[in-house]
Formats: sequence, C-alpha cells, structure tokens
Amino acid sequence: MTGPTPTAPRRDDGAGASDLIAAPLALLSRLIDWPMRAIQRVIGERRMAYVFLLPNLAFFGLFVFVPLIINVVFSVTGGAALFPSQRPYVGAGQYAYLFDCGSFLDPNSCREDHFWRGVSNTARFTLFQVTAMVLFSLVTAVVLNMRIRARGFFRAVYFFPVLLSPVVVALTWKWILQRDGLLNAGITSLGGERILFLVDPSWAMFWIVFVSIWAHMGFYTLILLAGLQAIPADLYEAAEMDATPRWRTFWRITLPLLWPNMIVVIVLALIKGVQTFDEVFVLTGGGPGTATLMVVHYIYETAFSNQVQNFGLAAAASVVLGVVLFALTLAQLAASSRKGAA
Amino acid sequence: MQRKHWISALALLAGLVAGGIAHAQTTVRIAWYSDGNEGEVVSDLLKRFEAQNKDIKVVLDQVPYKAINEALPVQLASGQGPDIARVVDIGGVARYALDLRPYLKDAGYWDKNFGPFLEWMRPQGDTNSIPGFMTQLTVTGPLVNKTLFEQAGIALPGAKATWDDWAKAVKAVATKVQAPFPLAMDRSGHRFFGLAISEGTKVFDAKGEPAVIDDGFKRGAQLVFDWHKSGVMAKELWGSVSGAAYRGANDEFKNAQVVMYVSGSWQIAQFDKTVGNAFDWVAVPSPCGAASCTGMPGGAGLIAIKATKNPEAVAKVMEYLASEPVLSEFYARSLFVPGHLGIAAKGLDYKDASPQAKAALKVFSDQVASLSPVAYKLQGFVSNRIIFNAVISRVGQAISGETTLDEAYKRIASDVEQQIAERNKK
Repeated sequence: MTGPTPTAPRRDDGAGASDLIAAPLALLSRLIDWPMRAIQRVIGERRMAYVFLLPNLAFFGLFVFVPLIINVVFSVTGGAALFPSQRPYVGAGQYAYLFDCGSFLDPNSCREDHFWRGVSNTARFTLFQVTAMVLFSLVTAVVLNMRIRARGFFRAVYFFPVLLSPVVVALTWKWILQRDGLLNAGITSLGGERILFLVDPSWAMFWIVFVSIWAHMGFYTLILLAGLQAIPADLYEAAEMDATPRWRTFWRITLPLLWPNMIVVIVLALIKGVQTFDEVFVLTGGGPGTATLMVVHYIYETAFSNQVQNFGLAAAASVVLGVVLFALTLAQLAASSRKGAA
Repeated sequence: MQRKHWISALALLAGLVAGGIAHAQTTVRIAWYSDGNEGEVVSDLLKRFEAQNKDIKVVLDQVPYKAINEALPVQLASGQGPDIARVVDIGGVARYALDLRPYLKDAGYWDKNFGPFLEWMRPQGDTNSIPGFMTQLTVTGPLVNKTLFEQAGIALPGAKATWDDWAKAVKAVATKVQAPFPLAMDRSGHRFFGLAISEGTKVFDAKGEPAVIDDGFKRGAQLVFDWHKSGVMAKELWGSVSGAAYRGANDEFKNAQVVMYVSGSWQIAQFDKTVGNAFDWVAVPSPCGAASCTGMPGGAGLIAIKATKNPEAVAKVMEYLASEPVLSEFYARSLFVPGHLGIAAKGLDYKDASPQAKAALKVFSDQVASLSPVAYKLQGFVSNRIIFNAVISRVGQAISGETTLDEAYKRIASDVEQQIAERNKK
C-alpha cells in the first residue's frame, strides 16, 4: 500500500492540537502499563475486570454504602449526640416508637402521628400524581407523535419545566397561588371571590399534585414518545388498510407495544412520588396543618428542625422509606427485564 | 558581581520572611445572621478592629437565620464550625460555648454588665463561665399601623388595654379599611408565650420541671384559636405550614395589610427603613391578659465556641466587640435595645433613627422592667425551643382543623416529655 493513509490529511489540519492531547495520554498509558501488567501476572487475566471496577466500587461504597450503614446504625441508637460512639444503643426502640399505633389508618391513634400523616399524605399524593401523570404523559406523547404543526416547538415546551430547579418551580407557583397572586388577581378581576389555595387542605393537595405533574410530565412524555416512535409503522399501515377504527388501533396496537415503556414510567414516577420533598416544602411547607406533610419532610424536620435533633428516629423512618423504595426498585428491575425479554 | 548576588538573595529572603509574617495572622471566623442592618454595622466595626490588630483577621460569614438554628448545632456537635457565632437558641448551644473568663483582661466588666444574661448562655449547673454577650436584648410586643386606625376613625386602645380590647379594635379597623390581616402574630412559640404568660400560664411546676399545659396556657391557646375562627387572625401564618416552621408577617406589615403585628423590637430597624414615610406605625405596650401585661424577653447572643483553636484571639475580638464604646455604637446604629446594663442605665442616643423608630425603641425599652419573671425563666430554660416548637406545631394543627385543641394539649405535653427524655438519654 502506497500513498497517504486516510487519516493523514486530518492529521495535517490539526496536528498541534491532537498531539497536545495524545502525547500526555500516551505517556500516561505507558506509565500505568507496567504496574497493570504486573497485577495481571499476579491475579490472572480473568480477575483484571475487578481491578478496573475497583475505583467505581470504592466511590459507590464511600458515598452510598457507608452512609447507608451509618443510617442503619443511627436507627438503633437514641439520644441527641452526633457521633454513633456517644449514642446509647436502643435496639428496635425507634422502630417500635414509629409503629406504635392503635390503627395504621388513623394517624391520631399513633404515638408518632406526624410520621403516619406523612405516610398517608405521601400515599395519597403518589396515587393521584402517578395516575394523572401517566395519563397526561400518554396523551401528550400520542399528540406529539402525530404530524401536527410546530411539533418541535411543542416538544420543547413540554420538556422545558423538567430543566427548572424544583425550588424555582415551587416559588413560581407560590407567586401564582398566594392571596395576592396571579390566579387570584384573575379571579377577582372577573368578579369572583379570592381563594386561599395554599391554606385550604384540599386545594393545597390538589395544587401540589398539579405542580408536580407540570414540572415532571415532560420527562415521562419523552420516554413514552421514544416508545411510540419505536412501534413499526407497517402495523399502523396494515390497520389502516383493514379500516380499523382509530381507538381500536390505539387499544390493540399502540398500548400493548407501549406497555413496557408504560411500566418503566409508572415505576419511576412511583419512586419519585414517594421521595417528593423540595417542591412541596417550598410551596406549602407541609401545611396547612400537616395536610401536605410528606415522609421525607418528616424525616428532615425530625433530624434537623427540632431543638433536639432526633437523628435516631429520623434514621429509622429513613430505613422504612428505604425498604419501600427498594421494593419499588425491584418492581422496576422486574419490569425492565420483562421489557428486555419482550 | 558576587556582592550583587548576595544583595539579591538577602532581598529575596527579607521578602519571604515578610510574607511569612503576613501569613502568620490568626483567623477568627464569625457566623452571623441579621434581622436588619446589624451585619453591615458589625462588619464596619470589625474593620476597625483589624486595623488595630494586624495579627488577627476576622472573617464574618453572614448566614441565614435558618442556618444558625439548624446547621450550626450539627457543625458544633461534630467539633467543627466557626470560632464565634451569633445565636438565638442560646441555651441550645450552651454546651459548645467557650468559657472566656481565663482569657479576659477584665472579667469583672462582663459580670457587671452582662450578669443576668450570662445565665442564659451557661450549661446547666454552671454558675461561673462567661461564654459571650448579648448583641441585642429583644422584647416581644405589638407594632401597630397607626394610619389604618386613623383612616378607620377608631382610637388606639390605651396602655392597659386587654388582648380582647385589641382584638375588637383591630377587627373593626380591618373591616372598615378592608385590610386582610387584622392581627398577625409570628408563627413562633416564643411570641405565643407572651400572650400565654399574660393569661397566667406558669410553664413550670413547683419543682421547676416543664408543666406546659395549665389554665393560663389554655386561655391563651383558646384566644388564638378563636381569633382564627372569627377572622381576627388570618390562617396564612399559623395555619399555613406544618411542624415548627417559622412564619413572619414582615412583608404584609410593610404593605399595610396588617393592622397589628405581634412580633418584637428587632423589627424596628427593618421597618424604619422599609416602611419609610408610607404610613405611620407605632409600638404599643404588651396587651394585658388575666394575669399580667407581658411580652417575652429574648435576643441574640454572640457566643465564643469551645472548639476554636485560637481562644486568645477569640477573646480579643469578643473583648473589643463587648467594650462599652463599640457596643454602644453597635446598638445605636442597629437600633437595638441594649443587652449591656451599663449602657441601658445611661440611655442610648439612636442618632440615625427616625422619630417613630425612636419612639418604638422607647416603648420596648420601657417594657423590659415589667416583663413577667415566668417569661425570664422560660427564656433561660435550656429546652425552651422544644416547648416553643411543640406549641406551634400542635396549635397550628388545631387551627387548620386537623385536630381539636384538647387533642393538641395532650400532644404538646407528650411531645415535650418525649423530646426532653431523648435529649437526656446517655
């Protein structure tokens, strides 16, 4: 083979810049080559994978597993001291305190009623939010998948709130919903009575669900849109040739083929719903009363807001929450593997 | 040529030594929150200190109030944190405080001028240490929008008016001028106890242990509950958030939406600046209840922290800030009621204050002498925030309609008992 190699002209164009990057990398690879070969000689080629995984595992262990273990340790201790070594061991005392209830359906009958109010609110919030979120995301994805005018613009518009910080979202809506907010200005200018949206328990729950859907819907719409675009067009063509009604096409083709994506959306939205904190904290502060107090807010308040920072009780509540999230994650993994198999 | 090299080398060495000396400065960090302009004032005063003490560099970290209450205790418990901190929960951080006595030139000055307040800063059982001084003494009480009263053509109730008299008057004014908040009270247990102690609550039993729920407390809680039902108080403060969250009505007062705002003396500088000439406002004496006419004392203390590596430098900074001329200037420019007995006795000239701010400061200063002993005892109680938080959390739930007041009383008692037991667990 004669003449210049295919890469030669590019090399001439930016030789200086690429050398600047390539030279140190080459030096680095030469430097680590010898110790890596030495390790390989000792442990064998098959075990080298663990060596490459080690940095990531160390990072993950330090920032995920170690705090997790510390949290579990805190949950079996009491008192107000910060360091575990100075905290008395109380066994399952914190869990017993959390679960000391006359009836789990009536928070008033529980010793730690705020925790159970948080559980009840989180369950209601998650149920309403996930149902509505999946429904709206599905409708939006179907519409955005059609050949409508300015489709790119609408896709960007629905995704835009996902890019905003939860605090910005909550503050924006707070300004809209407060006594002298934008919405009340509109209502009163039309001759209506001012509504204290964030002071009425039912309205407050409605608005936190609404704002949460508004803020996160774009993300789930995107997942469903990707699923819709993966459905082969010839299936729709065949349905059209058979003069199948549109709703039937949706029911018999779209929905079954989109189902794996729907499962992912449902499980992700469930996990996110259970973890809800920042938006609600800023928008309603858990009020009125405890009408929008969520479990994560309860944990934060128990650990940090009270004069006695009750890390033990907060850690126990975190472990309970962690178990719920673990179960949801397992469900997601099962759903994902079923999707993979499909 | 060789001689030139020697000179250059010596010059370089001298430069390095000088640089080394410059770096030998001791750094003292202060964590500071502000209600008004006191952050600017202390920053100004510290610049003068640094000019006089080249060996000490003072870093003033201006942080939010929430950080002082929530993040600072965790930092201190872990042995980290600033060298000095301005705190409100003085009893709560007492165990992390440094005893300045061995480092002070004249400990007698501190005993003489800060004596009664030092008790608030000491850990239980300690009767001798000097952990810091009060950057302000606060008194809770009402601030009234006088212009709204004038517009409504209703006279301000007199000095011995009761809470009921005020409630009726502010409701009448609000109805006439269509103000949305006839009476606003900070969502704070500290503010509530001014009312409750006036109504006769004793807070402690004969042994000095907390016994929060009694007839006086119930009268106070019932008043707040009824005011929310009758529209004297709007639910936006007490009924809008959960748990121990603080809510103030500063913005609403500034916007002339509040007829009477039960808050305290620390608001004066802020309202003097932000309200300006928009309307006339006055501070009035604490309304009377069945037992007395009292507010709550309080304030922010500047506390030296035990974990500091530079106690001598910390003591030097504290001595400077607590000295009479410096502290007089600080109180006068920040429009604070002095927490220094000598300065309080001499009287303070608030040169920069408007006539209405001066009048308000006088009203609050005059209140200090008539505060109930129960109020002082509660303020000095190391676990007072446990009581304050339990009260706002549970009474807030009753106001929002989630529970009854009777249920709230039971919960307050059990919350206080449980948290104090948790604190005492060893």
